Amino acid sequence: MKHEETIISGFGGQGALFAGQLLAYSGMAEAMHVTWIPSYGPEMRGGTANCTVIVSDEEIGAPIIRYPTCAVVLNLPSMQKYEPLVKPGGVLIVNESLVDIQSARDDIRVITLPASDIATALGNPRMANLVALGALAQATGLVALETVAAQLEAHLSERQRKWLEPNKAALQKGAELAR
Amino acid sequence: MAKELLKGNVAFAEAALRNGLEAYFGYPITPQSEALEHLSGRMIEEGRVFLQAESEVAAINMVYGAASSGVRTMTSTSGPGLALMAEGLSYIAGSEVPAVVVNIMRGGPGLGNIQPSQADYFFMTKTAGHGDFHPIVLAPSSVQEIIDMVGLAFDLADKYRTLVLIAGDGSIGQMMESAELPPMQPLRPEPDRPDWAIVGAEGRAPNLITSLYLGAQNLEAVNLRLQAKLQEIRENEVRYQEYEVEDAELLLVAYGTVGRICTTVVREARKAGKKVGLLRPQTLWPFPDARLAELGARVRGVLVAEMSAGQMLEDVERAIARQAPVRFHGRMGGVVPMVDEILADLDKLDEETR
Repeated sequence: MKHEETIISGFGGQGALFAGQLLAYSGMAEAMHVTWIPSYGPEMRGGTANCTVIVSDEEIGAPIIRYPTCAVVLNLPSMQKYEPLVKPGGVLIVNESLVDIQSARDDIRVITLPASDIATALGNPRMANLVALGALAQATGLVALETVAAQLEAHLSERQRKWLEPNKAALQKGAELAR
Repeated sequence: MAKELLKGNVAFAEAALRNGLEAYFGYPITPQSEALEHLSGRMIEEGRVFLQAESEVAAINMVYGAASSGVRTMTSTSGPGLALMAEGLSYIAGSEVPAVVVNIMRGGPGLGNIQPSQADYFFMTKTAGHGDFHPIVLAPSSVQEIIDMVGLAFDLADKYRTLVLIAGDGSIGQMMESAELPPMQPLRPEPDRPDWAIVGAEGRAPNLITSLYLGAQNLEAVNLRLQAKLQEIRENEVRYQEYEVEDAELLLVAYGTVGRICTTVVREARKAGKKVGLLRPQTLWPFPDARLAELGARVRGVLVAEMSAGQMLEDVERAIARQAPVRFHGRMGGVVPMVDEILADLDKLDEETR
């Protein structure tokens, strides 16, 4: 049975919430139950923003959880907050471009990748979220990479359309590094 | 209709529109402002009334006016706004016109914050305004359920000529979840408006919508009729959902977001071999007293979980009537209780009642 409780966290503007929505759309497209809930306090650009996404074969009870099975940390404060909380056996995706500390956990799978640097090389550092999402999809097998790419195509806003192909490349690159 | 990924606030707004909402009046307040934002576009597209009022006081009185003309009307707000509406809510109840109000609860008292809360329970179920009345209060626990309850709210409001409140919380408003919207219903044609409505009195005696009855005998008669109606609602409209109560020795009682969190608590407790069940009230008024009394006679203990200092707790205690110990787990100020902390209190109850 598939069931993952994922927290995606970063600075406001890094696209943590959008990456979470893509994961939710992808879970739905694969006929699973999904919930997406943002931290919606008085956040602002440059502050931290996170969302909790649950994708499951069974009906979802608690949509808000303390201990995620997966965490994607795009910046240092997110690493400090969520690295200790990942459930044993879980997955932690770390954006080492902005996180200069290492995880001390040996009971989870830690995937460290320079998501922001990869995104910058592909044309825009703001695609770090898609690099990390590609790694997450690959590491967990929760949703197929093609599904995420299709949902990206369906939900990328008109304004960001020119970034569709680079975003798909970011997704692929992230997945490759998690293999 | 296919399932879509919908945010709670957008979902209930669109569901209202599809259930024949003809006029929406509101004033923005987090965590439900997406509802106004959505309707500000959609209502105009459909050629209906959307009006951002100058305050919540104005908004509820506009709802009162629109309801008096026999159209489906609603507003939505959060605790501080609902407080401002108290006078209008009472006038609507006293005048017996159908109206729907969605309250997406946030932390209080005062301006508080914008995180999820359930601390408006007393306000909504017992003291929504001055005078003797209760609105029907529906409590959704998911995006799908708030969609379904909007339709139910309009039907109940029309059926009983009463005020119906939907008790959501910030989590349901802000959450996105896969859900299915209802098909588009046509608006009620003007000739089909109720016979009490104010629609122009050409060729007949005029209708009067009022809550003013200066004679004491008259007003008591109105109150007796209102109470008889509330009694009918008590007898016919109690709704709740049960989860694993069949062989339960310990009973959880929780509604809304905490209610769905408690389904996970039940799953976890059952994995640990504990016979735990959940009763999730879907109507907070009328309250499932009779069912709780039955369950109270056969369980060892009851645990109530809420995002408040213990408001629904009082109704549970009243219904259980000392047949079993009733304990409480509450978080306040926008803090959402987590599965592990509710489990810990369940363990204590288990030990205490063994």
